[in-house]
Formats: sequence, C-alpha cells, structure tokens
Amino acid sequence: MAEGVKPRVKAPSSAAAGEAVVLKTLISHQMESGQRKNADGTAIPRSIINRFTCEFNGTSVIDIKMEPAISTNPYFEFEAVIPEAGDLKFTWYDDDGSVYEDVKSVAIA
Amino acid sequence: MKFKAMTAVAALLLSVPAMTLADPDEDALVVNGETEYVTETSAPAHLSDVLDTIYSGWRFREDETQALQMDDFDNPGMVFADLGLDQWNKVEGEAEKSCASCHGTPEESMKGVRAVYPKWNEAAQEVRTLAMQVNDCRETNMKAEPYKYTSTEMTNMEALISIQSRGMPVDVAVDGPVQATWEAGKEIYYTRYGQLELSCANCHEQNYGNMIRADHLSQGQINGFPTYRLKNAKLNQTHDRFRGCIRDTRGHTFEAGSPEFVALELYVASRGNGLSVEGPSVRN
Repeated sequence: MAEGVKPRVKAPSSAAAGEAVVLKTLISHQMESGQRKNADGTAIPRSIINRFTCEFNGTSVIDIKMEPAISTNPYFEFEAVIPEAGDLKFTWYDDDGSVYEDVKSVAIA
Repeated sequence: MKFKAMTAVAALLLSVPAMTLADPDEDALVVNGETEYVTETSAPAHLSDVLDTIYSGWRFREDETQALQMDDFDNPGMVFADLGLDQWNKVEGEAEKSCASCHGTPEESMKGVRAVYPKWNEAAQEVRTLAMQVNDCRETNMKAEPYKYTSTEMTNMEALISIQSRGMPVDVAVDGPVQATWEAGKEIYYTRYGQLELSCANCHEQNYGNMIRADHLSQGQINGFPTYRLKNAKLNQTHDRFRGCIRDTRGHTFEAGSPEFVALELYVASRGNGLSVEGPSVRN
C-alpha cells in the first residue's frame, strides 16, 4: 500500500474558447519498481502508478500507460485545447487498486 | 534571461566594464509571477570590512535551476513541505497533541519564524536553531520522540515553517545574549579545516563568483534552506550542508546539531541579514 500519495494539478481557471492551455500534474508516489531487494534479500514488491488519464467533459485528452522505470513523484506537463467551459478530470491508477482523482473547472473568458 | 540583455545595453551606455562570467547574474527572482524576492542587498554592518554586497545563492545558479524555484508547482521542495503539513496535523506522543493543537495552522502561527532563527531562548539560556525548538516542543509539550536532527521528518517540518516566512528579510540578532555564540561562529567561519586547510571564508568570501572546478561558488548564504538539491533529489538541511563542506576540506566534521554548528549557523545566517527567506529553495 502506497503511503503519502497526493495528486496535484495546475490548470488555468479560465481560457479563451479554442485556446490550448498548459496543464501540469504531479502525484507524490514512491514508484517502487519491484527490482530492488531489501536488506534480507527478498524483493520489494512493485508498487507504481500504472496509468494516468485526463478527460475534458468526458473526452479523452491524454491516456498514459506507465512503467516501473519511471521515477518517484511522476510529473506530466501537456497541453489541451479548451473548446467550451467544462471540467478537466485527472485520474491516476495505482497498482494496489487505488484510484486518485482531481477535477479542475475551466471557464470561458 | 532578458535582464542580461538589458544590463549589457546599460553597461555600454555607461561605459561600465561588462560583467565577467564569474559574477552573479542579473536575474530577478519572482516567485509564482507575483512576489519579487531580495537576492542582492548591501551587506549588514558587521560585514562592512569584507563585503559590500550580499547575494542569494540563487543568483549563482544556471537559468534552468533558477526557473525551478520561480514556480511553486515546479519546485520539487514543495512536495516535502506538504508532507510536513501532514506531520503538523498528526497527533503524537503521550500528551496526545499535534503541532496544530497549540499552534493552529502554520500560516497563522509560523509567519516570520524562520527569518529570526537561530535565536536566543530565555528560559533555556541558550541559542536555539529551528530544529532544536521543534524538538523541544515535541519532547516537552507533546511528550513525543524527538526527530533526528537531519531526518526527513525534521527537514519537512523546517520546509513547512520556512514557507510561512518566504520573502521576508532574514533578521537574526548578533548582539545581546547571543553575542558569545555569534563570536564563536565567526571564529569557526574563519578557521581553516582539513588537509586542504580551507576556511569557509576562503571560498565563500574571498572567491565567490569564481569556479571551483565545475561549481560556481556562491557566498554560502543560508537564506534558502532547507534546500532541494538536484544532486541528491531531496531537501537538505543547513547542518548537512556544513558537514558536506567541511568533509570536502578532508577534515573531520562536527556533528549536525552540535554546539559548533549551531554557532556557525547563527553566524552564517547573520551574514545574510537583509536577503529574503527562500526556503525551500532549489540549487544544484
């Protein structure tokens, strides 16, 4: 079970219709690869975020499959075109089955 | 950045010699696009014999490293400060209290605290660093186990407390009851240690701005601590940095939390009186 997991998102609160906005996301997570061994030689079980998605009003913006070699606290920065006012929904899927979500509303300026 | 171009133009107009590579750059530190920090100011009175101007270490770093500190979302140190907030609200010890039980939110109770530490504690009749004060509170008021001096928990807590003073000028006392400790710190600052026989002053006072192999020497100011260092990808405490520096002289170092380092921290902090508190800052 991963501890201290906290998603963070930086998104503008308003945008012009059709404008591409920059979104920054970071989730604090240990991203244990499963390759390491502890002091008595047993493998430390893998515990990573294996998928990250972003949707705007139900339409997929980005969908990322993540692998064990990704470092602690994965950070993604990408752009999304905002056609209308609505909600950006960010979802992270943990190996242990936990799902972390964050929602940011964007208004049309 | 664009300030460099402007400076170059100004330098031509005024026939002032152009900056050499060695000097601190001319960038301005604006965090989150709103708050401008003081990264250059005239040296405090007690340094008038040796320095005219004091500079934050931020001014000696590459543009890429500087940029990380200009946006809180990009600043990797903020993740640790968030962990510090979880610790702040966590009930520990026999007294069944958390920091929040007495101090409320850090925003209301810890504003300006980082800027004046290390400072004199009248009840204990000693100079205390922020870490010593945190541990005293844990032991006396919470009846909890103290944090190890340079542990992750302690550093997270220091980061959380530092944030509340960001942008405020460092203002530690140098006289009155702390004077003896301050003098002791000054003595250490100018003492040569290790096989290489280097004092703090050899690098950070006489040679700041120059390159020591691949490193651009700063003035060794500690207004940005705890500092997220790219080299070890974690927050670093002042005493850890002191230890690393003395180790690099090939000397035996003092322990973190030792009276020697407390005195040195007070003295070095006083050399930065007037610079903005930046912690958690980002350096390489």
